[in-house]
Amino acid sequence: MDRQNTSPLINADGLCHSYGKGSMSRLVLENIQLQLNPGEVVLLTGPSGCGKTTLLTLIGALRSVQQGSLEVLGVSLRGANREQCRGVRSNIGMIFQGHNLLRCLTAEQNVQMGADLLPGTSYGARRAMAREWLRAVGLGDQMNKLPHDLSGGQKQRVAIARALAAKPKLLLADEPTAALDGRTGREVVELLQSLAKDQGCGVLMVTHDPRILDIADRLIQMEDGQLQEVNLSDPSG
Amino acid sequence: MFVKIWQKRRIPLAWLLLSRQPVRLAIALAGIGFAGILMFMQLGFRDGLFDASVTIHRLFDADLVLASPRSMSSISMAGFPERRLIQTLADPEVSDVSPVHWNFVLWRNPETRTTRSILALGFEPSDPLLIDPMVQQQASYLQQKGRVLFDERSRSEFGPVADWFRKGKTVDSEVAGVSLRVAGLVQLGPSFGADGNMIVSRETFRSIIPGSSKGSIELGLIRLSAGSDPILVSKRLKKQLPNDVTIFTKKQFIEFEKNYWRSSTAIGFIFSLGAAMGFVVGCVIVYQILYGDVSDHLPEYATLMAMGYKLKDLLAVVAREGLLLALIGYLPAYAAGECLYALIRSSTKLPVAMEFDRALLVFSMILVMCLGSALLAMRKLADADPAEIF
Repeated sequence: MDRQNTSPLINADGLCHSYGKGSMSRLVLENIQLQLNPGEVVLLTGPSGCGKTTLLTLIGALRSVQQGSLEVLGVSLRGANREQCRGVRSNIGMIFQGHNLLRCLTAEQNVQMGADLLPGTSYGARRAMAREWLRAVGLGDQMNKLPHDLSGGQKQRVAIARALAAKPKLLLADEPTAALDGRTGREVVELLQSLAKDQGCGVLMVTHDPRILDIADRLIQMEDGQLQEVNLSDPSG
Repeated sequence: MFVKIWQKRRIPLAWLLLSRQPVRLAIALAGIGFAGILMFMQLGFRDGLFDASVTIHRLFDADLVLASPRSMSSISMAGFPERRLIQTLADPEVSDVSPVHWNFVLWRNPETRTTRSILALGFEPSDPLLIDPMVQQQASYLQQKGRVLFDERSRSEFGPVADWFRKGKTVDSEVAGVSLRVAGLVQLGPSFGADGNMIVSRETFRSIIPGSSKGSIELGLIRLSAGSDPILVSKRLKKQLPNDVTIFTKKQFIEFEKNYWRSSTAIGFIFSLGAAMGFVVGCVIVYQILYGDVSDHLPEYATLMAMGYKLKDLLAVVAREGLLLALIGYLPAYAAGECLYALIRSSTKLPVAMEFDRALLVFSMILVMCLGSALLAMRKLADADPAEIF
């Protein structure tokens, strides 16, 4: 095994984050310790407003690190410049609560927007790749439909295909099942998990959905800005 | 090279953003088209009016024109010694010349007996004057003193001259106490300076303007032998002639007149302002469209940034949208401009045509309009914060 595969994708140590300034300042993340290894699926749960999304945006290099250290894909994000952040982002697939698909593009084109980020591949290859991913998420027959004409579950699958088409090393998902009914949500998450495993891609997923907790390798609970590992064999945890 | 371009090929996002929102695209195109039509119309009118100031200048049968340096425009022509025109005949390339009188006289309306200022051209009926064959055919009528050729396109205030003449009625009028009779009709057209025109012989001209001295003329038309270069000859003559005359090529003479109206009247300003208004209206519409487009797609742009697209890539998308709008919007504007000019020509008789220069000018204005608006709309992209979309 090469080093790439053994070193953690995410390594947070003493990460703190607060909003507001001076006396109005509010600490949302407090002394976060987190590691995520390649191929690992980690679920993050916790009451809303506890800072889960803030953690995701920090890991996604979308927000600058204030205090503590955060290394993602081997890049220290504290004080990272814009180009470094972009480089990290292009290796992270993101799946959002809403699907956030481009409304004016077909399913295939949306997925290709992800594949287009890959350097040095021909248009034809990227197009073939986009189709391949759509087939993988079971939408081989819906390629030319606009997001508008797809169901919620189908849209979220397109979003997954788009995220994976850029060959990410890490997937960040923020409540991907929030807009879906129980069964569809379950299907989408299972799909996400199996595809990520195939790619050796780590997954950090924020969720409220108790029905999907069993797909996780590890489960982490967040409360008041602090993380707590939950023992998976004890469902009451 | 080709492979590299092929590799760089991406989804035509700008085009899809525009084309998948047909209503917005239609509004944008209508706005650009409207601005284009407004610019074509105003600039067309402006150039048309300037062209109308030289209707007669264009018709002169001349390669070179002599005038007095004191003449500022067609409404203030001064005289110069006719000798100067004769002198030019010494040049081997000058084939022949025609002296021309040019002045404004008060024409009495044969019906209402009121008077109005009309432009009178006086020439030797045996000399060529205008390239219009109708004039040369009827020139012989002017041999008889007191006969005039009347411009049937003159404004109606001069009386129903053409109407009466065609009905076979004798049309008699009077200028400065000298009675005149219409011997024929010509088609010249009114200009800025002159509401109407009439052509008489030099003899008649001198009788209706008693002050005019015999050896003084207002214009000298010079025709060169075939194959001569007017600019070269004009330079040569300029050296030989004393400075009490100015020599123009026909083109320079036309420009000289246009330039007077351009610089000393508000017409150029008014119509240029009109065109500028069209430009501004277009800018506002295109800006609104592009700004709305960026605002509507802000979460999508933020998503693209979160995926790893550069801000530069997104700015390029907006710029391409602007470019596409300019290209697509220009075509209907051009077509409408052509139709509009045909309409203006048929209803106002102004000589307006789609000239390449103007078509290019309007295109560049539309291009600047769209790209400028795109540039302003890009500022909104700064609001696309990928951290806010989770």
